[in-house]
Amino acid sequence: MDLVQLFEELLFDYTLRTVALGSAILGVVSGVLGAFAVLRRQSLLGDAISHTALPGIALAFMITGSKEPIVLIAGAILAGWVGTLFVMSVINSTRIKSDCALGLVLSVFFGFGLVLLTFIQRQPEATQAGLDKFLFGQAAALMEKDVLTMALLGAAALTVLLLLWKEFKLLSFDPEYAATIGLPVRYLDVLLTTLLVIAIVLGLQTVGVVLMSAMVVAPAAAARQWTDRLGIMVALSALFGALAGVSGAVISSTTARLPTGPTIVLCVSALVGFSMLFAPARGMVWKWLRQARNRRTLVAEAVLCDLYELSLQHNRKDHAHAPAVLKAMNVLRAGVSRSLRELKSRGWVAATAEGSWFLTPEGRAEASRLIIEREGDGS
Amino acid sequence: MSVPQIEIQLIAAIVAAACALPGVFLVLRRMALMSDAISHAILLGIVLAFFVIQDLASPFLVLAAAATGVLTVALVEALTRTGLVKEDAAIGLVFPVLFSVGVILISRYAGNVHLDTDAVLLGELAFAPFDRFEIFGADIGPLSVYVMGGILLANLLFIVLFYKELKLATFDAGLAAALGFSPVLIHYGLMTLVSITAVGAFNAVGSILVVALMVAPPAAAYLLTNNLGRMIIFSVLIGVASAIGGYWAAHALDTSIAGSMATTAGLLFVLTFLLAPERGIAAIARRRNRQRWHFALRMLTVHLFNHEGMPEAAEECRVDHLHDHISWAPDFAQRVVRYAERRNAVVEEDGLLTLTDEGRSIAREAIVE
Repeated sequence: MDLVQLFEELLFDYTLRTVALGSAILGVVSGVLGAFAVLRRQSLLGDAISHTALPGIALAFMITGSKEPIVLIAGAILAGWVGTLFVMSVINSTRIKSDCALGLVLSVFFGFGLVLLTFIQRQPEATQAGLDKFLFGQAAALMEKDVLTMALLGAAALTVLLLLWKEFKLLSFDPEYAATIGLPVRYLDVLLTTLLVIAIVLGLQTVGVVLMSAMVVAPAAAARQWTDRLGIMVALSALFGALAGVSGAVISSTTARLPTGPTIVLCVSALVGFSMLFAPARGMVWKWLRQARNRRTLVAEAVLCDLYELSLQHNRKDHAHAPAVLKAMNVLRAGVSRSLRELKSRGWVAATAEGSWFLTPEGRAEASRLIIEREGDGS
Repeated sequence: MSVPQIEIQLIAAIVAAACALPGVFLVLRRMALMSDAISHAILLGIVLAFFVIQDLASPFLVLAAAATGVLTVALVEALTRTGLVKEDAAIGLVFPVLFSVGVILISRYAGNVHLDTDAVLLGELAFAPFDRFEIFGADIGPLSVYVMGGILLANLLFIVLFYKELKLATFDAGLAAALGFSPVLIHYGLMTLVSITAVGAFNAVGSILVVALMVAPPAAAYLLTNNLGRMIIFSVLIGVASAIGGYWAAHALDTSIAGSMATTAGLLFVLTFLLAPERGIAAIARRRNRQRWHFALRMLTVHLFNHEGMPEAAEECRVDHLHDHISWAPDFAQRVVRYAERRNAVVEEDGLLTLTDEGRSIAREAIVE
């Protein structure tokens, strides 16, 4: 399928358009709220919340007998809330730490959800078909009303976030100061976590319970590499989330036997990998290059100083020395030949016909300057 | 009870005990979520090893797949060390990738063999007794019993042999390093055990339940004792109780055994959380309540003691005056007076309060403090 054809189908094909829209919404909302979660070191809260949603979905279905997206989403949000509050109360009232409380809630709620799902499946009049798509997500099964629900809830969550932007920003970076100036830090905390719950629950149908946490962490982690400003980070995170959501969902719904959740996760992880390697300033590739350049400069300077030392031991200023001597003197024992070439291109050293090297007058000046500088540093 | 029922319970109990042992140290070392990461990531190892070995219960598969678990730990650490992401985010980035690759491999290439995502993720204990272990053609029980039994023994051996080192590295890593025990070695040894246990238990109970059995029983035990040895024993007992209780609950409701075991473990935790003798919610509430009354009693005796024998005593030491003076609500003041009377600290006569000797000594003690 070429790009033009894909673009046409995105616009005119019902399934593909629905899938792409739904995943874009999911990506934007989880990207935006994930940015706050990652900054507040709550990355793994997302993992716990998405798992706690499972019994909520199952219970909502058992009680109402309905599979309307709004009903299931309401159940999931409620369960996510209960799970989060349980985590908070365990951490606050016992010596159990957050990692343990999160792991506990995550696995126990999920196990309970499993009990309910199996229970529903084994009922004789079972019409559960479709509930288990919440495990790994099934983008191809998204319908227009699902997307509409997602859009409305997502827009509501983002509006609240924008209205309280300043407060949430302060809460994320300096909660103590926020409390000092009289902000209701606890309520804000609960509100922001609630928004996160909504963001996660919105994505469950597409990405699934097990992998939704990646949609919270990964876009934000990728965006973090490109900027130090919250506004830009949130915008980038939304963009990355949407990009990964759409590409993953489209790839999986146009390929047979390719589950949506994992595909989206691989797409978003590729973005993280790219950002960590190539983002300006923080990218690891630039860091490696910088280190290599520094190392080269250091070796070259060392060779220059070695030549200077040698020249001091001889009367003739242009007394030449074989590279082997220089290699033996060099502490790092590598890159001597390259350093000599580099020094030559700067006109600081010159070679004799036999391949031995000596300092030019400019090189002497440079070397003595360097040595004085270093001794100055040493004192 | 039929033979398969006994066998299922035996497997469940062994799995629970095997998970609880390394779980104790995960919880104490604040790495409980590592079990989540490992138990998901080993899916990839299981799939890859399965393609080669073709037998889910083989001990070789367990070892090969456990390597992925250790790889996960190493990857998380490498990612954290770059300084580009925090540790929690690193965990959240690494395991979804490995897990996703595993799920995609299963759904694309293993569709028609005995390995589907549901089974691996959710486990099906009911099928575990079908895989038999035979020696010279004689059936000597389900294979899982032997594989998990071996893992349980390995865990037990590791903890018994390195008890001192584990204890030291867990509670004071700095001292352990200074004394020449390598915390890194202990750390990776423990992570290897967690990985092997998770792979072994995977087949029987699924990956999420592994997390439940590794985290919930030690968390409950942590609220019951301050002693490491006792915490290990309690964890194993709670784990085994969850396994057997969960089995019967699932039997009654005709539902997932693995999920039911996790739920039971969770319920046992909640029970401990509420009722633990010293650290439970009820005990804390009772203690706070007692402190509140005791504090009020001291306030009252000190107040009376200050005005005792003074000219204003007839005014200050009236019950209805306490409201103005210590700003107690009238009915609370009444209850404090009743409490103090029961303790023989004061005597009330026509609304006038007099300290007893007992009350005076309480007041003196409070003032000295």
